[in-house]
Amino acid sequence: MIKHKHLLSAALLALASASALAADAVGVAQKQPLNLTAIGMFFVFVVATMGITYWAASRTKSTADFYTAGGGITGFQNGLAIAGDYMSAATLLGLSAMVFAKGLDGFIYAIGFFVGWPVILFLMAERLRNLGKFTFADIASYRLDQGTIRTFAAFGSLTVVCFYLIVQMVGAGQLIKLLFGLDYATAVVVVGVLMVIYVTFGGMIATTWVQIIKACLMLFGGTVLLFLSLSQFGFSLEAVAKKAVEVHKDGIKIMGPGSLMADPITAVSLSLGLVFGTAGLPHIMMRFFTVPNAKEARKSVFVASGCIGYFFMVVCALGLIAITIVGTNPEYYEGGNLAGKMLGGGNMPVMHLSKAVGGNLFLGFMSAVAFATILAVVSGLALAGASAIAHDIYARVICKGSATEAQEMRVSKIATVGLGVVAVLLGILFEKQNIAFLVGLTFGIAASTNFPILILSMYWRGLTTRGALLGGLAGLISAVTFVVLSKAVWVVVLGNAQAIFPYEQPALFSMPLAFFFTWLFSVTDSSARAKIDKAGFDDQYVRSQTGIGAASASAH
Amino acid sequence: MSAEIYKKVRANPRFAELEGKRSRFAYLLTAIVMASYYGMMMLVAFAPEVLRTPISEGGMLTIGVPIGAAIIIGSWLLTGWFVNRSNGEFDQMNNEIIREASK
Repeated sequence: MIKHKHLLSAALLALASASALAADAVGVAQKQPLNLTAIGMFFVFVVATMGITYWAASRTKSTADFYTAGGGITGFQNGLAIAGDYMSAATLLGLSAMVFAKGLDGFIYAIGFFVGWPVILFLMAERLRNLGKFTFADIASYRLDQGTIRTFAAFGSLTVVCFYLIVQMVGAGQLIKLLFGLDYATAVVVVGVLMVIYVTFGGMIATTWVQIIKACLMLFGGTVLLFLSLSQFGFSLEAVAKKAVEVHKDGIKIMGPGSLMADPITAVSLSLGLVFGTAGLPHIMMRFFTVPNAKEARKSVFVASGCIGYFFMVVCALGLIAITIVGTNPEYYEGGNLAGKMLGGGNMPVMHLSKAVGGNLFLGFMSAVAFATILAVVSGLALAGASAIAHDIYARVICKGSATEAQEMRVSKIATVGLGVVAVLLGILFEKQNIAFLVGLTFGIAASTNFPILILSMYWRGLTTRGALLGGLAGLISAVTFVVLSKAVWVVVLGNAQAIFPYEQPALFSMPLAFFFTWLFSVTDSSARAKIDKAGFDDQYVRSQTGIGAASASAH
Repeated sequence: MSAEIYKKVRANPRFAELEGKRSRFAYLLTAIVMASYYGMMMLVAFAPEVLRTPISEGGMLTIGVPIGAAIIIGSWLLTGWFVNRSNGEFDQMNNEIIREASK
């Protein structure tokens, strides 16, 4: 039972990192024999994306090309790229593993991760596009004090990027050890080097296309896998369910809400953190600046949410099918013991399912897709981090806008290499650490620091520099504190017996705190700066609504 | 250069009209999506047996499955409606307002 619980919390965490693979989800993986099919397929992916990078490099001349592909990505392409950011190795493995273990509960969770997208579209997509140029800090500091808020927002982005990079790197190392049979350190270095090449040479154009290709591979792989496995049940979902209920140890219970949902507060806090944390992730927001106008920005969310919704339903169906095909086959369990541990850990059902219905070749394909996923996400992260360093901190805050384009480009490339080195070193350093808390931290900070500043600056005239800074700090401090007091750090890392903060996601509590203090310190702010801040709202509002003055696509 | 245009836009009553229509629409759709999701979460928390009702007599699939799928597909269709109306009706109004202001 305890082991079972652990598996669940691991699956939950995997899911919590909606576009990450939490290392905890895989655990310290057992190195497998070298999988040459998978490595071969991954090699094809690398060669193809290198070709794209070479092509993209010739089109990356200005900073606008580098940060946002010159605003020249279409809504449809951008939609696929956004979907790619969201359809991660964690959703593929973690979500299917949850359905495998808990049935309908897993599906209910998946819905919580989906509903954020429509809301982002209705409330934010258009304004993000109309106000932003290169970074999230552009919007946050639009009418507020540049020095203070831009610096704060840039460090907010960088913190999120760094934590998330560690999570990805460790996840990549463990997953690749497991699927490819490669050394942990080799895997981490390969990811780091490829990421730096994509970003420094190809900028946003290459990063976007890597993400698009990966998204298509993922959708294709998932669909083929679903088709192959459903064919064994005469394409009847009822037949799948019937068989699953027969063989699952919880029987009919898996078809209704069960123990996983016994604590709705955790569920709601997690979904809040995911929905608004996603909206506060710098590498996701950045995607809205790559399209030429608000029209395309809206279209991209329509495409993205269609792909994401479809993919989530496919993955949940795969989890249900795996109950019968994988769950009753001793071949996939250590020592052939069906009640014991699954080979490779609790997040592997969908991988075993690939092997069961598609053979080694298909398993190799799915493994290569999983690796490609991590690569695509870290590239986006590195680009978001580099733009925060080069555009916000270097060009705007240090040089106060006097840096030339060539200088800013050089700094951004140096920053990318620097981030690559840091990511590899931290990835290796954290190999044996339990880093589950970093996932909570990443989304907690994004939802409680970046998101409140962003949404209030767009919607609330009364927001002042002081309010944004102190409210943002309140969100940051409370998110960090709650995570430290939660089980992931207080018990697992620090070795205390009982967690002081009983939930895994801080968002339900830290977000209201951030909003409250932002409001409090804004309404009590009667400084001269506050008057400028409020006076700037009218123009910002017209721009956000009409797009007049918005950064436009650069001509190619 | 933009300050003058922004002022003109604000002075145009059609801007207020557009803004009102568009935000009401966005808030309405947000409310529908949130209500359906948190409505289901309420069922999960307080009336889970409802979601355990089988779809057909003797069948194993429960209504939790189609309800969940309906939330995903339904809210995706809402995004389609939003994009359609924004990129058509609202953008047209928007372009007219911009044209008037930059005259």
